[in-house]
Amino acid sequence: MTDDRLTIGKRSFGSRFILGSGKYSLDLIEAAVRNAGAEIITLALRRAQTGTENILDHIPPGVTILPNTSGARNADEAVRIARLSRECGCGDFVKVEIMRDSKYLLPDNQETVRATQMLSDEGFTVLPYMYPDLNVARDLVSAGAAAVMPLGAPIGTNKGLCTKEFIRILIDEIDLPIIVDAGIGRPSQACEAMEMGCAAVMANTAVATAGDIPLMAEAFRDAISAGRKAYLSGLGMVSDRARASSPLTGFLRD
Amino acid sequence: MIDPMVYLDGMERTDTDLMDRVLSASSSYRPEAFTGRDVSRALDSSSPDLEDLGALLSPAAEGLIEEMAQRAMEETRKHFGNSVSMFTPLYISNYCDNRCIYCGFNRDNDIHRARLDYEEIEREMDAIAATGLEEVLILTGESRRMSDPEYIGEACRIASKRFRVVGLEVYPMNSSDYAYLHRCGADFVTVFQETYDPETYGRMHLGGCKRIMPYRFNAQERAVRGGMRGVGFGALLGLGDFRRDAFATAMHAGEIQRRYPHAEIAFSCPRLRPIVNDSSVNPGDVHETQLLQVICAYRLYAPYAGITISSRERAGFRDNVIMIAATKISAGVDVGIGGHSSSEDKGDGQFEISDGRTVPEIFEAIKSAGLQPVMSDYIYT
Repeated sequence: MTDDRLTIGKRSFGSRFILGSGKYSLDLIEAAVRNAGAEIITLALRRAQTGTENILDHIPPGVTILPNTSGARNADEAVRIARLSRECGCGDFVKVEIMRDSKYLLPDNQETVRATQMLSDEGFTVLPYMYPDLNVARDLVSAGAAAVMPLGAPIGTNKGLCTKEFIRILIDEIDLPIIVDAGIGRPSQACEAMEMGCAAVMANTAVATAGDIPLMAEAFRDAISAGRKAYLSGLGMVSDRARASSPLTGFLRD
Repeated sequence: MIDPMVYLDGMERTDTDLMDRVLSASSSYRPEAFTGRDVSRALDSSSPDLEDLGALLSPAAEGLIEEMAQRAMEETRKHFGNSVSMFTPLYISNYCDNRCIYCGFNRDNDIHRARLDYEEIEREMDAIAATGLEEVLILTGESRRMSDPEYIGEACRIASKRFRVVGLEVYPMNSSDYAYLHRCGADFVTVFQETYDPETYGRMHLGGCKRIMPYRFNAQERAVRGGMRGVGFGALLGLGDFRRDAFATAMHAGEIQRRYPHAEIAFSCPRLRPIVNDSSVNPGDVHETQLLQVICAYRLYAPYAGITISSRERAGFRDNVIMIAATKISAGVDVGIGGHSSSEDKGDGQFEISDGRTVPEIFEAIKSAGLQPVMSDYIYT
């Protein structure tokens, strides 16, 4: 288990829990990161450039910042935000988020493919947030993505793995890390995603809106770790029927 | 007197039946027809429809205000987490061409009129920026003559050098004007419809361009077409039947979101204060319970929408409403002309405020509620 690491682009990580940083009181971010054991934290650049209480001051050193392009409505805006983030010293990692729907905040897959291509051409390590669609995922691979981040359910809903069957197809067919993003509301759902073979889980709302934020961060850490171990060890078979103790074909051994 | 339903020359017409549909739905809305059971069903709905909205705004829902607040808080946290945005309004001119019988800026009112020149606007904005705020809302009285788009545009340019988000609350314009102001740095437009009842609208707005109801109604659509990122809606609750007006406001906003899914949507919830604190006096009275009911109904019907809570309301009410449903709060408010950089206003205000707390005081109030003050939620790239 000790060498089981998550590799994204040229970097590798010991933790498979990506923590969101929006929706929090900033004072709690440090404790949440620590208890989550998280090595990657996302950051909305639109929130990071503020003169009062900069979120960057609350992120512990050594944690990789994954800036996102939230607020972008098309690929060109996403590219400009990513460039700005690199200029701000946030590194080359970028999570592409493009939404042109203010109600459900569902990602725009077409624009996401376009932004992924432009950003990977510019040397970014691109993690695109997407609606789980196999053809789009393949296009993202061709466009140079470093991981694929399908949504489990609409962002903020805590509804869990509503898109489970489609994410399973991505896990089976795509050679990049599949990281479930959005919709994960409980540690048990994060565990389920990891058991299926997801490479990592990202959660924000579920932790940020918990009664005890650091404790919930810890619960997610444990659930993700348990799910990963279960995946690596090979889950037992599940059958809908009982196994007959005298199988019909027993006579063949007579 | 001019027919309030007929466009004047030069007013851009919007080819849509939206106003007819909203007015027809709100005029057939019968708040008294709903029961507690209807309200409970609306509270259980994962995506409330117009029928549910009607129930949530009905008198029957007042008895379930605690349940409404709980559900509203749940939705607010899901969509906005702990974030509460801060901003301040800046009045740059109080000249007005309209004759609205309830408004302090009424052109017939003998008040001190003033219009800031560009240097004064710079001084005011410097003073506001020094408080740490990164979002400013530019307001004028509704006089195109005394505050034309070029003047407002220059104010937007000055603002965008000092603030990350610039909003507008000015008279309705054509989409080409909105496009110009967007190029000057503004990206959010709020227009208050005041009331959606045509008869009351005509009775309250006696003169000026504001008298033309459909031009005002379609302002948000023109603003979005002009390239604005988002638009705000609001009825002045208590001017007409507040339940019906709130119903129409929510429907109006929801329909614009459907038509322009990329546009961000927000509500403001100003009210005319009841003069006597007795609910038996006037069915149009909007007490704090009713105001909270409206705010919660907006949140449940449009959980994705921003809600701004005005400094017309007292501090205690505002501090509680940001826990439940509001996502944006003004701070360090001066509704006169020129009071941010000088101890005396050059011109009189439109109304009186109840919460005069400074930016640091509101900042601390947000934090002590366990919430996170957000100074800017957008980057121009």
